[in-house]
Parts: sequence; structure tokens; C-alpha cells
Amino acid sequence: MLEIRNLHARIAEDGTEIIRGLNLTVGKGEVAAIMGPNGSGKSTLSYILAGREDYEVTEGDILYNGESILEMDTAERAAAGIFLAFQYPVEIPGVATMQFLKVAMNEQRKAHGEEELTTPDFIRQVREAAGALNIDMDMLKRPLNVGFSGGEKKRAEILQMSLLQPNLCVLDETDSGLDIDALKIVSDGVNALRSPDRAIVVITHYQRLLEHIVPDTVHVLYKGQVIKSGDKALALELENNGYSNIIKDAA
Amino acid sequence: MNMQSKRPITAAEQGLVDSFVNRLGSLPGDQTITEIRDGYIEDIKRDGLPTRRIEAWHYTDLRSLLKTVPQDTGDTAGPVEPLVAGSNVLAVAAGQADDAVAADGIQISQYRDALSDGSARSRMAVHGADDVIGRLNGALTRDGFALDIADGVSLEKPLEIQMVQGGGQGHARFPVTIGAGAKGTFVERHVSVSDDSALVSSITDLKVGDNAEIVWVIAQERGLQDTHFGQINIELGAGATLTLFVANSGGELVRQEIHIRARGEGSELILRGVNLLGGQSHTDVTMTLDHLVPNCVSTETFRNVVFDRARGVFQGQIRVAQIAQKTDAQMACNTLLLSDDGEFSSKPELEIFADDVQCAHGATVADIDENHLFYLKSRGIGDKKARAMLVNAFIAEIVEELEDEALIEALEARFEEWLDHHG
Repeated sequence: MLEIRNLHARIAEDGTEIIRGLNLTVGKGEVAAIMGPNGSGKSTLSYILAGREDYEVTEGDILYNGESILEMDTAERAAAGIFLAFQYPVEIPGVATMQFLKVAMNEQRKAHGEEELTTPDFIRQVREAAGALNIDMDMLKRPLNVGFSGGEKKRAEILQMSLLQPNLCVLDETDSGLDIDALKIVSDGVNALRSPDRAIVVITHYQRLLEHIVPDTVHVLYKGQVIKSGDKALALELENNGYSNIIKDAA
Repeated sequence: MNMQSKRPITAAEQGLVDSFVNRLGSLPGDQTITEIRDGYIEDIKRDGLPTRRIEAWHYTDLRSLLKTVPQDTGDTAGPVEPLVAGSNVLAVAAGQADDAVAADGIQISQYRDALSDGSARSRMAVHGADDVIGRLNGALTRDGFALDIADGVSLEKPLEIQMVQGGGQGHARFPVTIGAGAKGTFVERHVSVSDDSALVSSITDLKVGDNAEIVWVIAQERGLQDTHFGQINIELGAGATLTLFVANSGGELVRQEIHIRARGEGSELILRGVNLLGGQSHTDVTMTLDHLVPNCVSTETFRNVVFDRARGVFQGQIRVAQIAQKTDAQMACNTLLLSDDGEFSSKPELEIFADDVQCAHGATVADIDENHLFYLKSRGIGDKKARAMLVNAFIAEIVEELEDEALIEALEARFEEWLDHHG
């Protein structure tokens, strides 16, 4: 589903290279965890997948279902089924959360040549998805992410993901800022989306999240490259021994 | 004086003088009123239109901006649908007030009657030599409405005062007295009904009685060729609450003046404004607010959106008198500048003579926040739609402070329509 080939990318503004020859393949139905120390390029990778213009791809390619997405803009990638759950969801005053959800769902439906949702259908879908994530409908009456607690923001991200039903989910540090209860709710929400047709990339700093969302593969990112790949045992090894051994081995 | 008399008169100044001469026989007024009118037109002739050297007009050099004055085209105009459905409408069409419908506790009379019998003379004072809107309106006003809301009356529906103009000129005045404890929503609406260019002046004198609670909306929606001179002079009584919402979404050359005097203790002013600026237009909102007594609160927030080559101006002057202790005045002017060729000038001024007050002002100018845009787009919302949502959001924050749902919806619909055409 996702194939990243020898990807090199830099910050557009100052030319700093962040991703330096990254290779990664994630198949359909697979849950891949990407781990790495601070500054290894984890969040940058998630932004590049979503098509953020602050980064420039200088070499290599990103294939999604066999086709390069480098020429697609952010909205086109989203409509094609790529979803990024933000580490820091953006607060947008003046945009009502419900209005935002409705526009997003309908814009994607339009892109797929489908009819717009009727208001009752829309409300029903939001109610169901919100209920599963323990989200109070009152929270959705507020402006988008404004005044949401850290946990509420993360739950709102997963709510969007379950409403938009993407094919490739990229979760950037979804566990940060979550207490144990919220972590469980969010993980359940993600696990509910596991399906043979969908790939999930979980970017995280800690093994903790991976106890709840158990990955099929684990990849260690360091200085913009995947330096080691393995199964879930690799995550445990990192938790126990830290990154230094693996970094040493790779060097 | 000799220097001034040598200054060549501009085409627009000559046009204004001619407009007066051409209307001489038809402008209502007794001997005194006619003399006052004549005096004002002589003032304009002598002083000319203000230039950037006049401080109050520094960012709106009227002498160079007002190039010509449209003569009457004979366009007819009638009332249009009110901004808020179901409002009672009082219309001044092409300068002429229609028959007024009175209701319990509301007295309405045509301003032309006050001009004819000379009683309007007390209404015709100007703010000084820089008050060209006062002079112009004083010289040329044909009609308007005088409204008197009795003490304790609550208006069930909004009352919309319409000034509808085709091409040519329209000048009107609206003296409004709100009785003690009265409540209501008023919309002062300025609309065009043809593409011919128009020049309009409108002055409202709003006296808000003690403990009255009033919402006053100025909705300026003139055509792309039009010049609009608006002025509202407000006196706030003790304990009165006034929400004043100024919405500019039209006109080629616009100056809206707001002059407020907080005269009674414990009053509250909530002034909000949205300026949607596009094309080659020039829009100037100038406010003076005098806190004359202690314990008054005022907040002033303007949100401006600038497209194309439009230019906007906000001048906000707050003066706090020495006895006006415990005044709390907060002013903000935020601009979304969406074009490299657009421009917005903001000039806040605080003159504080009391020592125990809270006064602040702030101004920001920004483009659309890239983080906001990326977030919306990452959910599949296309660039154009996402930008429109963010512009709407910037305005919605101010509009939604209003409490009246019908009014909020009507204003948002108007703004969305404008943005669809200009965004």
C-alpha cells in the first residue's frame, strides 16, 4: 500500500536535510510502528506523507497503491485516502467542529463522485463514532479543537479518522499527552479501524502505545533513515535498552 | 486667506456646489434652514475637500480620492427586502422618505417636515471645520426619519431604516431618541439598486436613554461605483447598553464616522465591525469615543479582510476625561491581508486624563495561518474552500458575539455572498 523509496527531503525554507535515503514498505492490512529518538525525522515523515509544503522532496519517491503521490497536494492525498492524525491538532477559532466534519466528509464524497450526506445521516454517523470514543456531543459544538484538553484533541483526531475511513492512517505521536484511560479509548478506536484493506503507520517515541496497538512490524528511524526493522519484539528491546545499541550497530 | 482663495477648485468640489445650486428650489427648509445650508456649501467652497494634511483625513485624502460627483440620473428606487426577515422597514428611497408607519410607543416623522418648519436647525451643527460629512449633509439633505421610542418600550421585531439609492445623489438624516429602559434592534441599511454611480451621505443622531438596551447595526452594501459618507453620533445615558455593529461590504469610496459620547455613568458600549474590502475600493472607519463620566465600559473590535487592491483605514480615538475614573476601554483592529496589493492602515489613539483606568489597544495584520490551512486540507478540503472557511471563521468570531440568531444568520449570509463574489 505504501512504498517509500530512497526518500530525501529537506526543509524548503533553509534547505536543512531531514530525511536522508529512507526506505519503507507497509502492506495492506499491516500495522507498522515507526520509532526513533527525538530529531530522527519521525514527524517530518508524517508531514511529508500528508503533503506539507514546508518540505521539499529532493530525491526518491513515495508510492501509494503503486502510484507516486509527490505531485498531489494535501487535499488530493486526503481524498485518495491518506489520513494524518496530528501530534498537535490545530485549534481553529470560528470554525464550528460539526461544520468542519460535515464539510470534510462531503468534500471527500464529492471527490469520489458520491452524493453529499443528508444532515440526519451525517448526525447519525457522528453520534455513533463519537459514542464509541466516549466523546460528548457538547464538545463538538465548540470551535474546532478550541479549548479541548490534550486527550480531547487526540480523541477528536480519531473521530475524524473513523468518519473519513481512510486507507492509510498515519498516527503521529498519538499517545503524547494521554492518560491511561484516554490511551485505552484512543487505542480501541484505532484497533477498530484495523482491517485487511487498510494500513496503519504508528509513529511513537514510546513502547507504551504499542501494548495497546500491537504492530506487525517495527522500524527504527535515525537521522532520516530506517536503520533497523523487525517485529514487535524490537519495540520491547528498545524499551529495555534504549536506542544507543541499535544506533551503534548501524554505524 | 489669500493663499486659500488661489487654490483651484476641483471638479468634485464644483460638482457639489452645482448640486446645491441645482437643488435650491426643491430642498425643504425655511429661511433659517436655507441660510444654514448656504453657509455649509460656502464653507466647502472656501475650504475645499480635506486633504491628507488635515489630521482627521490623513489616510483618506478626499480631495484626490473624490474625483467627480454624480448628477441625478432619475433612477427610481423603492424599498428592498430587509436584512433580517420580518423586520419593520422605514425606507428613504432616492432621498425621499416613504410614509411612515407608527406603532405603539414609537413616533416616526419625516425629517423633511422638521426642515420645512425650521425645527431641524438644532440638528444641523457640525463637529468643526474638518466635518465635511456634516457640512455636505447639512447643505443637501432632503429628508430622513425622526424616530422617538418611548420610555420602557420593547420592540418585538427589528426596525430597519433603509437608504436605497440608484444612481445620483441621496442625502438623509436620522435623529433617533431611545427612551429610558427601552429595548430593541435597529438596522441602518445602505443599499444600491443600480450600477450607476451614486454619492450618498447619511447622518444618524442616536440618543440612548438611561438603562436602555439597544442593538444598532449599520450595514453598508453600496455598489462598486458608489461613494458613501456615513456618520453616526451617539450619546449614551446612564446604565445604557449599546451594541453597535458596523458592516462594510460595498462602495468604492467609503467613510464611516462613529462619534460616541458616554455621558451617563455605568454605560456599556460593545462596538464590533467587519470590513470586507475588494477591488479598488477605499474604506475608512473613523471613531472617536469620549468617556466623560466614571465607571463606563467599552470594547471595540474590528475585523478587516482585504482583497485585490483595496485599501482600508481604521482610526480609533478614545478620550478619557479626568473625572472618568474606572473607565475600561479595550480596542482591537485585526486585519486579514489576502493580497500583496492590498493595504490597511490602523491608527489607534488614547488620550487619558484620568489616573485609574484600564485602556488598551492592539492591531494585527496577517495572512491566512498556514497551519490552519494545512489542517483543513489534510482532511480533504480543497485549497479554495479551506481558505473561504478560514476567512469566514475570522469574521464569524465577531458576528457570533451578537446574541440574536436571526441577525447573526442574516449578517453571515450577507458576508458569505460577498465572499463568494470576491474570494
